[in-house]
Amino acid sequence: MSNQKETRYVDVPGPGRIPERDKGRGPVLECTHLGIEFGGLKAVEEFNIAVGATEIGGLIGPNGAGKTTVFNLLTKVYQPTHGVILLDGKDTHGMSTAQVNQAGIARTFQNIRLFDKLSVEDNVKVGMHNNVKYHLPSSVFRLPKFWQEEKRAHESALELLDIFGMADLADVKASSLPYGAQRRLEIVRALATKPKLLLLDEPAAGMNPSETEELMNNIRKIRDTFGIAVLLIEHDMNLVMGICENIIVLNFGKVIAKGTPEEIQNDPVVIEAYLGSQADETGSEGFAASAAKEAQKKKAEKEKAHMSEVEEASVDVEE
Amino acid sequence: MKKLSKDTLMSFVNYGIVILFYIVFQILASTGNLSSTMKGQLIPIVSYVIMALSLNLVVGISGELSLGHAGFMSVGAFTGAVVSTALTDGIPNTVVRLLISIVIAAVMAGIAGILIGIPVLRLRGDYLAIVTLAFGEIIKNVLNCLYVGVDRRGIHFSMNSTGALDLQEGGKVVINGPMGASIMKISSFTCGIVLLLLVLFVIQNLIKSRHGRAIMAIRDNRIAAEACGLNVTKYKLIAFVISAAMAGAAGCLYALNFATVAPKKFDFNTSILVLVFVVLGGIGNMTGSIIAAALLTVLPELLRQFQDYRMLIYAIVLVLVMIATNNEKIRGLIKSIGKKNKQESSGKEAA
Ligand SMILES: Nc1ncnc2c1ncn2[C@@H]1O[C@H](COP(=O)(O)OP(=O)(O)O)[C@@H](O)[C@H]1O
Ligand SMILES: [Mg+2]
Repeated sequence: MSNQKETRYVDVPGPGRIPERDKGRGPVLECTHLGIEFGGLKAVEEFNIAVGATEIGGLIGPNGAGKTTVFNLLTKVYQPTHGVILLDGKDTHGMSTAQVNQAGIARTFQNIRLFDKLSVEDNVKVGMHNNVKYHLPSSVFRLPKFWQEEKRAHESALELLDIFGMADLADVKASSLPYGAQRRLEIVRALATKPKLLLLDEPAAGMNPSETEELMNNIRKIRDTFGIAVLLIEHDMNLVMGICENIIVLNFGKVIAKGTPEEIQNDPVVIEAYLGSQADETGSEGFAASAAKEAQKKKAEKEKAHMSEVEEASVDVEE
Repeated sequence: MKKLSKDTLMSFVNYGIVILFYIVFQILASTGNLSSTMKGQLIPIVSYVIMALSLNLVVGISGELSLGHAGFMSVGAFTGAVVSTALTDGIPNTVVRLLISIVIAAVMAGIAGILIGIPVLRLRGDYLAIVTLAFGEIIKNVLNCLYVGVDRRGIHFSMNSTGALDLQEGGKVVINGPMGASIMKISSFTCGIVLLLLVLFVIQNLIKSRHGRAIMAIRDNRIAAEACGLNVTKYKLIAFVISAAMAGAAGCLYALNFATVAPKKFDFNTSILVLVFVVLGGIGNMTGSIIAAALLTVLPELLRQFQDYRMLIYAIVLVLVMIATNNEKIRGLIKSIGKKNKQESSGKEAA
């Protein structure tokens, strides 16, 4: 199933291992004992990982396992109650969401969060905000700096959109894009912030198989051209097993397995967690991705509407 | 040839509307076809259009609700009254004096905006509505018991009475508590139009810049904006303070058009009136703000002769404005007309 050669890993001091090719640069992200409690509920606990500077990692697990919460912790939408997050060796303690982005983490959202009333191009330009440099007087009085920087911004926005073949949609209002294109635009916008680490929350949700295939190629392309790390949450096992070099499995807020796609597919604990509740769907050999996918999809579909509401509501509470 | 985007086109349309308005009324006035009531309404119209545009920056572009916009107008009005009186002898040229008064009025209102904005805009939720509402009332009440006089020694303040100002001979009471300010009329229609064009210029340029995009991104999705590295408080504050300063300038222009202005002129009703202009004109729609504010300011005056039908006609116009600016179908119609024009012009280009 895995259509790439296995990455060779080396152990690094700290919470995990990273691909051998990234050894020189050290991990871009390290989490140790990371956790958060909501009231008494431990939504995530003892989350320990290292992500190499050009690694593509996967975060999988049943709905409600705490995957999105991990992203919210990394981006400081939630302040962790436990543990340490090191970004490129620097502690992100006390940083705001905006500061973490400036330090190098960009993300997409499971329930799409575009700037609906802005055009596709302007969505990307908002991502470039901190890399487009002119001051308020230049904006208001259209000084030369404004024109220079806006021209540059326009060109690189189109370049970024072109990764996903979306340059011709530049003038379209973001909210009128089809679902799949909205997901792709979120990725482009995140990329526009020039991250070191790109977090993708269910990037293939709602995409058809051919769109998903294209997405896989594009995620690899992004990693290769920008030389950045990607950590993605996804239920589509073809995608996860196809492009992730290292996979972390969460269940009830705890990491129950870590390893290469090969290792994960044959891990009895993972199979149990994924397929335990679907007793009637036995007969699948190994980590039967298709079976897991089917079950997961059915469940996801049922819970999707509900979950995104929950996420929306809980985020608002946090505000 | 580079094609103009729709937004850029709308910006020019807005300048065009203002300039057309100016030319038409200048011609009417110079040919003696303008009644004195209408003449008296020109500067209030311009002031309220600026008020509506600036409030639209907060409500439409930044997505915050402000219920005390008249408070900033008030700060500008009374600052302008004091400054212009204090400068009467020093600067005989009324245009220069008006400009200086407007600038200082804008700065003072902007400072008031900073003082309110810094604590409130850091909070999430509709706190701004409550605090601006309170601000408007507080300012009104403070001005109600404020006495300011000017004499050769300078400006004197008191919260008790004019007597407490202890003015020298030849001194003038500028602000007389609830009676308001007595002012020399130095505002002019032309200066007002220039100010209005400047306000339009600033707002429209701001919207189409990295700062404006940031402000609108925060409006559309705060969490995503933060995740894109935007400092939310900073950009909300930029929009709010610019808006407050513009309201201050409008207040100054307005006040210096009258012999007296009382604090109660800038009460909650005025704030709501301006909000009505913005909502009727279409939230975030600058053209709509201009038209709604102008029409609805002048209408009650024009309708005085039709006493019996006045409120009826006013209501009908309200509904019509609302339909014209907010109705999808009518907008679609206008758009399709625009498209036809575009096709024709592009056809010409190709030929
Ligand atoms: N702000 C919050 N308050 C309370 N509970 C929360 C909050 N955010 C997430 N949770 C809970 O944490 C658990 C993990 O949710 P989530 O991370 O969204 O799961 P998923 O793995 O599907 O992305 C769920 O039980 C969810 O209800
Ligand atoms: Mg999730």
